[in-house]
Amino acid sequence: MADELLEGIIKAFILIFTFDPEIWDIMFLSIRVSGTATFLASLIGLPLGSYLGLRKFRGKKALTNLLNTFMGFPPVVMGLIIFLLLSRSGPLGELGLLYTTTAMIIAQLFLAIPIVIGTSKAAIESVDPALKETILSLGSKEYQLWWELTKESKKSIIAGVIVAFGQAISEVGAVIIVGGNIRWHTRTFTTAIVLQTRMGEFGMAIALGLVLIIITFILNYTLTHLQTKKD
Amino acid sequence: MKIKNFFHIRNKVLDKEEEIKIKFNSKTRKALIFISVVLFTGFIGTYTVLEYVHSQNRIILATTTSTYDSGLLDYLLPVFERRYKITVDVISVGTGEAIVAGKNGDADVLLVHERESEDQFVEDDYGVNRACVMYNDFIIIGPTSDTAGIKNTNITGAMSKLKNAGDLGKIKFYSRGDNSGTHIKELKLWKLIGFTPDPSTDEWYYETGTGMGDTLSVTNNNKGYTLIDRGTWLSRKEKVNLIDLIYGGEILLNPYGAIAINPDKHPNVKYDHAITFISFLVSEEGQELIKDYRKEGEILFYPCFGICDQTHGCDTTNEEIKFWKNYNGGYESPPSESSLITKSFSF
Repeated sequence: MADELLEGIIKAFILIFTFDPEIWDIMFLSIRVSGTATFLASLIGLPLGSYLGLRKFRGKKALTNLLNTFMGFPPVVMGLIIFLLLSRSGPLGELGLLYTTTAMIIAQLFLAIPIVIGTSKAAIESVDPALKETILSLGSKEYQLWWELTKESKKSIIAGVIVAFGQAISEVGAVIIVGGNIRWHTRTFTTAIVLQTRMGEFGMAIALGLVLIIITFILNYTLTHLQTKKD
Repeated sequence: MKIKNFFHIRNKVLDKEEEIKIKFNSKTRKALIFISVVLFTGFIGTYTVLEYVHSQNRIILATTTSTYDSGLLDYLLPVFERRYKITVDVISVGTGEAIVAGKNGDADVLLVHERESEDQFVEDDYGVNRACVMYNDFIIIGPTSDTAGIKNTNITGAMSKLKNAGDLGKIKFYSRGDNSGTHIKELKLWKLIGFTPDPSTDEWYYETGTGMGDTLSVTNNNKGYTLIDRGTWLSRKEKVNLIDLIYGGEILLNPYGAIAINPDKHPNVKYDHAITFISFLVSEEGQELIKDYRKEGEILFYPCFGICDQTHGCDTTNEEIKFWKNYNGGYESPPSESSLITKSFSF
């Protein structure tokens, strides 16, 4: 095991610094797919989640329960559902989306949305109620209240986005089912690792894993930096 | 008095500066966020369009994991793609999933190695114009100590010895257990001694439910026996602690067939491109490339188009030859028979 680990570390360096085209393709594709899914999930989920957090309504507890369940939805099952929907013999077969990155983004999107909604909702709800009182007493409209509270819980909201992205980029079951792990076109870090492991190329699999960890670290560092910047 | 005034004015000016700075910062920040959202959306849109164009012009080849992992396609396809300007996207899945992909119209062409499923597929009109492309063989491998003592036995004797050793708790056997070509062949071997293994009652028999590579890893780790295709074996034998024990014989032959999906069943499949691809595989050039593909200096796949009646008793040779000879730009002539069959297997 030690020599595979060493082989993996050496290979990781060689791949990055010799600009191996396949690894850059995999890198770009992984970030693009997970980034797009997280971005779209945030566009939809952030306003929705924080709005839900503000409002009081009947069945809120049940909704929160449902949301929490979906946050932990098994990714591979989501992959299977999307696969059955997008297959040519399925209801959305005409779109011809199976085995494309669009299908992968869709699968990751539906997995990320509950996470973003759930975390932004929790973030808004955990703001000091005294602050909410103060803003309301100053005579602000609802959307102003929403904006102020969002700004206040910015850190927790961004943390939720980071979690969603992390889950998306390390996901393997759904993307391999709907994407097909096609070389140069739908192969991500995780699916490439599955392939290399299956072929017994443990050194290469470890190399890919290391590169993935480094990339995720860099991206998270950037997001965290935005999160803690002084305004 | 003057000094106090001075500081008072100075502070007022600084405060004003701060005010302007803050206003400016939050404005530019908002603008930046807005611009990046727009840019990102444009980026997503561009890639969606690019991908749509790509998916309209590609064919999907569904093949098995063992075929893909051998590396043959990564070697063959660039030649084909350059020549015909057709992109081939390969999905490597289990034989079962490949056949289902064909049935559902998610693939345009199949390259699999399970003759009975292939024949059924064509008979049910899901596929048309099947061609025998190449063949290799299966091997039974096991621990270096060969606890079951199957080396130098014939195939039926070997299966018997394996079962007996298993029942005595001396060995473990690992099956693919995934309805792949390899799995189905393995079950046929057990049928030679009238045995249908049942992992719930036969404790020495394990189903990994995964591809050949993973199954090999498990077999290696647990010093067991398994049935493996020559391609995967050649790629991995140096790195595992197992040896090849049983090989040769017609029953261990593993022929590969390429099938185009029937455009009548699925109008969306790119039938012409699929046929072009198969014609490339059976052409003189394609067959030559297959023959030239080596791992560790050894040949992995034997081309057999036009001679499959001699290599593995195929009964569709003549109709295949007729179709592909008439197809423009396809079949030329069979590969030199003598060089292939004699290099083949000792019986």
